[in-house]
Amino acid sequence: MNFDRRRYLERVKERESGSPVFKNCFFAYLFGGGICALGQLLLSLYLFWGLSERDAGTLVTVTLIFLSACLTGIGVFDSIARIAGAGTLVPVTGFANAVVSPALDNKSEGLVTGVGAKIFTVAGPVLLYATLSGALYGVILYVVRLFL
Amino acid sequence: MRKVIRFSDPVSIYARASAVGKTEYDGPLGALFDFHDGTDRFGADTWEKSEESLSLAVLNFALARAGESQDEIDLLFAGDLQNQCVASSSGCGTLGIPYCGLYGACSTSGEGLLLASLALAAAPSLSRAAVVTTSHNAAAERQFRLPLEYGGQRSPTAQWTATAGGAFLLCRSSEPFAPPSAPRIVACLPGRALDSGVTDGANMGAAMAPAAADTILRYFSLTGESPSDFDRIVTGDLGAEGSALLSELLRDNGLDLRGRHRDCGVLLFDPLKADVHAGGSGCGCSASVLSALFLPALERKELRRVLFLATGALMSPSCLLQGESIRGIAPLIVLESGKTGGDK
Repeated sequence: MNFDRRRYLERVKERESGSPVFKNCFFAYLFGGGICALGQLLLSLYLFWGLSERDAGTLVTVTLIFLSACLTGIGVFDSIARIAGAGTLVPVTGFANAVVSPALDNKSEGLVTGVGAKIFTVAGPVLLYATLSGALYGVILYVVRLFL
Repeated sequence: MRKVIRFSDPVSIYARASAVGKTEYDGPLGALFDFHDGTDRFGADTWEKSEESLSLAVLNFALARAGESQDEIDLLFAGDLQNQCVASSSGCGTLGIPYCGLYGACSTSGEGLLLASLALAAAPSLSRAAVVTTSHNAAAERQFRLPLEYGGQRSPTAQWTATAGGAFLLCRSSEPFAPPSAPRIVACLPGRALDSGVTDGANMGAAMAPAAADTILRYFSLTGESPSDFDRIVTGDLGAEGSALLSELLRDNGLDLRGRHRDCGVLLFDPLKADVHAGGSGCGCSASVLSALFLPALERKELRRVLFLATGALMSPSCLLQGESIRGIAPLIVLESGKTGGDK
């Protein structure tokens, strides 16, 4: 067969028209914005109930995480995310789903060797590098403050 | 072996069975499959066991159709996508038939039919062989990709591992019990593990298309036949993307399939209804579609000659992350409709 691998890969790339960017952006804006609006609504509600601004903010995050985990548990989250894309991925909702979905998936392999060992397979890199960069910036800030 | 292997005594596929899950049953071929499970569970509590149960049930269905017991089958070739093919060994393998496990990715159905035919042709002491292949979307997604409930968007070139299985019972066509109308495997050509250069695990069609083109071109150049000698040229699971690339590759080499090409992965789902992107894939995809659509058409003599290539992307998630490209493979078998009753 006359097969030029480099030319073939170029052709494969050309054909991959990529994801429908405009449509994806539109739905990401719609759903992401919707989640933020819901967050704002919850914040106002918690403030109205007399919580301090700091506590109300934390409670909003906790509520959104709880909702995402529930929707993942009943098998709805992935169907929404298929349309919403970055709209559900970027807010804290995406992170909650990334932790709950492997936990659910690996339940059949036991609580320690399944759920325990696999719960962070998707979110692991975020946790590791967020913690690491947090520590690194802390050190930088400490050193800078010594001289300022 | 670089020659087309022709069987002086062709191998008859004297019984077959197919089974699918919900999404596949809802597809355009749904009514053709022998049975389905709307929950995808097949009576088991884990996805891995569901596939085992599917593998056993589909072979039992073929045996029942032939009116035979497992004790009459001399050799079983079976495979799936799980580690060490456990769905096969713990599924149809539990019937106690001497078993050879196969791991040819999605090409396993073609590999199994090819090897079973070779075994029957080489060993007169064997009278019956069985081939079973299955795949389960949930078991495969867990093993190769992301958690089932993970909310992500799949690439437009990605394919959907089918929850499906196919079983075939084979014997030499000269055996007295071989039904004269049964479709026959008259020749085969093993595939070559061809490096596609593709490193994108979400574009299996592109990884397999060069291997399919290689086998098709080798077959036609070795035999001097042309696509017009066949009613259909069927590939396993190239999907929409891989099918388009295959026809481009063949055109580069001066071959036009002239509308005879069909792809099981494209046929299995309705792209407007099911969110499967480029089409179906998995060991069960080509096995179930061959069993439910093409073999019956050969039995009814609506089709006379069919070139069947199961296609496999020999992908390891670890090697892919290490930057290695995916090799494809496409074993080929030549199917012909049986002789009409009485002329054997």
